[in-house]
Amino acid sequence: MAHRHEVIVVGAGGAGLATALYAAREGADVAVITKLYPTRSHTGAAQGGIGAALGNVEEDHWEWHMFDTVKGGDYLTDQDAAEVFAKEVIEAVLELEHMGLPFDRLPSGKIAQRRFGGHTKDWGKAPVHRAAHAADRTGHMILQTLYQQCVKHNITFYNEFHVTDVIVEDGVAKGLVAYELATGELHLFQAKAIVIASGGFGRIYKVTSNAYTLTGDLQAILYRKGLPLEDMEFYQFHPTGLYPLGILLTEGARGEGGILRNALGERFMERYAPTIKDLAPRDMVSRAMYLEVREGRGVGPKKDHVLLDLTHLPPEVIEKKLPDITEFSRIYLGVDPLKEPVPVMPTAHYAMGGVPTTLWGQVIRDENNTVVPGLYAAGEAACVSLHGANRLGTNSLGDLVVFGRRAGIHAARFAKDADYHELTEEHLGESRKRIEHLKNSTGKEKVAVLRAELQQSMMDHASVFRTGELLAKQVEILKELMDRYRNISIDDKGDAYNTELVEALELGYLLEVSEALVHSALNRTESRGAHAREDYPERDDANWLKHTLAYKVEDGKVTFRYKPVVLGRFEPKARTY
Amino acid sequence: MQVTLKILRFDPAKDQKPTWHTYQVEAEPWDRVLDLLHKVKWDQDGTLAFRRSCGHGICGSDAMLINGRNRLACKTLVKDLGNVITVEPIRGLPVEKDLIVDMEPFFAAYRAVKPYLINDEPPPARERLQSPEERERFDHGTKCILCASCTTSCPVFWVNGTYLGPAAIVQAHRFIFDSRDRGKRERFKALGSGSGVWRCRTAYNCTEACPREIPVTQLIEEVKRAILFDRF
Repeated sequence: MAHRHEVIVVGAGGAGLATALYAAREGADVAVITKLYPTRSHTGAAQGGIGAALGNVEEDHWEWHMFDTVKGGDYLTDQDAAEVFAKEVIEAVLELEHMGLPFDRLPSGKIAQRRFGGHTKDWGKAPVHRAAHAADRTGHMILQTLYQQCVKHNITFYNEFHVTDVIVEDGVAKGLVAYELATGELHLFQAKAIVIASGGFGRIYKVTSNAYTLTGDLQAILYRKGLPLEDMEFYQFHPTGLYPLGILLTEGARGEGGILRNALGERFMERYAPTIKDLAPRDMVSRAMYLEVREGRGVGPKKDHVLLDLTHLPPEVIEKKLPDITEFSRIYLGVDPLKEPVPVMPTAHYAMGGVPTTLWGQVIRDENNTVVPGLYAAGEAACVSLHGANRLGTNSLGDLVVFGRRAGIHAARFAKDADYHELTEEHLGESRKRIEHLKNSTGKEKVAVLRAELQQSMMDHASVFRTGELLAKQVEILKELMDRYRNISIDDKGDAYNTELVEALELGYLLEVSEALVHSALNRTESRGAHAREDYPERDDANWLKHTLAYKVEDGKVTFRYKPVVLGRFEPKARTY
Repeated sequence: MQVTLKILRFDPAKDQKPTWHTYQVEAEPWDRVLDLLHKVKWDQDGTLAFRRSCGHGICGSDAMLINGRNRLACKTLVKDLGNVITVEPIRGLPVEKDLIVDMEPFFAAYRAVKPYLINDEPPPARERLQSPEERERFDHGTKCILCASCTTSCPVFWVNGTYLGPAAIVQAHRFIFDSRDRGKRERFKALGSGSGVWRCRTAYNCTEACPREIPVTQLIEEVKRAILFDRF
């Protein structure tokens, strides 16, 4: 079946819905393709808040927010992106409020704000109240509010459609191919502009806060087509994943006064970040936790985790401001945060890297910022390089509204003057071949087995701390897994709701993005932000103050090009808190 | 521990009607029902179909009838169920395959209540002000994850699929009681109609089924009162 829409957005999380909404407001005919239902995207799992210098609780300025973002990103952040972001996120938060988003309120009636990791006043002097929040379900509220507005604007949704191909010919994006889960049918989509907003890929790791569905599909599809992925070596581990499941416990818990403690009961962050302690950026806290465990001060029979202590907080703060994480802890561990500290360990959380874009979300293909006409990306799938080497908490929700909006507006304007491209049944061929192969294969390899090996090996060799030796080992493991992937077979040969087929396709994507990540990490011989090389422990601005663009040559072979970091008002400095 | 998992399965390509299939699964008491379903799908029979996404109760994908009650598979632990567990699709929506139902009627009801802020007054340069008390007034409804547990536990909905159902009414409540909204009259058209709130028989199934502990029946009653007081 064939469809055409002026702007087609892939993904219905916060970035996709913001893009769709603003493109529709520009007058474009917009459709959204999502592999889930719209309100089931993982933006809904974001808890703590959306940072914006509203100054509702105390003095704040967008320049301070910009500085924190650049420093938090260990100076790999592009400063033009950080400036646009820190200014526009204020307006974006107010627009969300106008759309009906139920933020928590101050007695004055203004939006309430709380503290969050790495957000400071006076250029790093002390934590600041910057995160606008709705209890600990801010992402849920953003997702619901944006979807409500999409309903109001009659935006077309293709629910449970899996994009299997992006058609890029002669350097131009022309359309998409998608697999309809309900019927097993392949659909051809013509579009004047396509926006990739399909989220991250935390499922490459064993312990992750990410949904089962976050498998890097569109990053992998573009990467296979010879387009680059930027800064993939920077993958964020969130310090407080519920041990051992990895379910997210918001940094807002520390923003409200929660304290991390080791087996001796010590507030160990005092040693690592004396000024802001438990509210240091995530890369630093995650490393500190690993070091505590490594030095024998871990908690539990295996001494392999630490504790998040909330017991000194007033019970009403926990119940009112952190109800969801309190419930997670009670249900999944039987631990009541009012009475005892909660076991936590870092959990794979957020990809700083992704599909490289301009400040308007246009996808670029090289270090000269050559645009792929008609192709856009926003949100976690994209890398506008706002987050640099390490994203600050709350900046992902800000990113998706600010750059989703920009991508939507630009895509709609581009579409106005663009024509549709001719597409034929032949464009379905590649996707059909891939699906037929998986359905007809008699190979002996199983999706679940390979996926488990991938996730465990990525955890062992390419997580919080890395070495050249371990990464080189992982390069070999990935090559072997990719070979074995060719011999995958599945039980389900049917057409209706063949979720096993989908998992098999997703495993392919996981392998591709892992390849880009591991090669990029092996290539970068320094430590910066979330990329901590024990064999190269220092940040090396002379050689590495630049963005990685990774290109796939063939399975197991990757080449690199480099893009300078956009500097500006903030000189790179040592990063201490 | 060894768990006997009985799943009501249906393959539209082969089956006339759903049939029970039994699986033996090794489980820990702290495993989620979702973990057991994954064990079946990944180790025993890849054709088993169900929805899931976040795995911790906030996306609403995996509502199912577990031991006779609507619950989220990712939020229900083996230790609370014992070693014989039955799993069926939620009721009242057409079954597409195994535990997957057609959600479109559910979302059609959602759209019918105009689930978005209605206010044509030009917004101020800053936020619209709202006191903490005004914000608290509609807090319950904002927790809804549209999992359909409430609507598909409602006997009225089973009998008459045109009833908007508890979830849609909760969504309406969330806006009717938002001090910033001006659209309650528009919503009352659908809510006060023959398929609206007056179909509710106060069975409380919805409240019991809600995995987010929303007092659904109470909110439905509040909407009924709002319509009554608005009219007279």
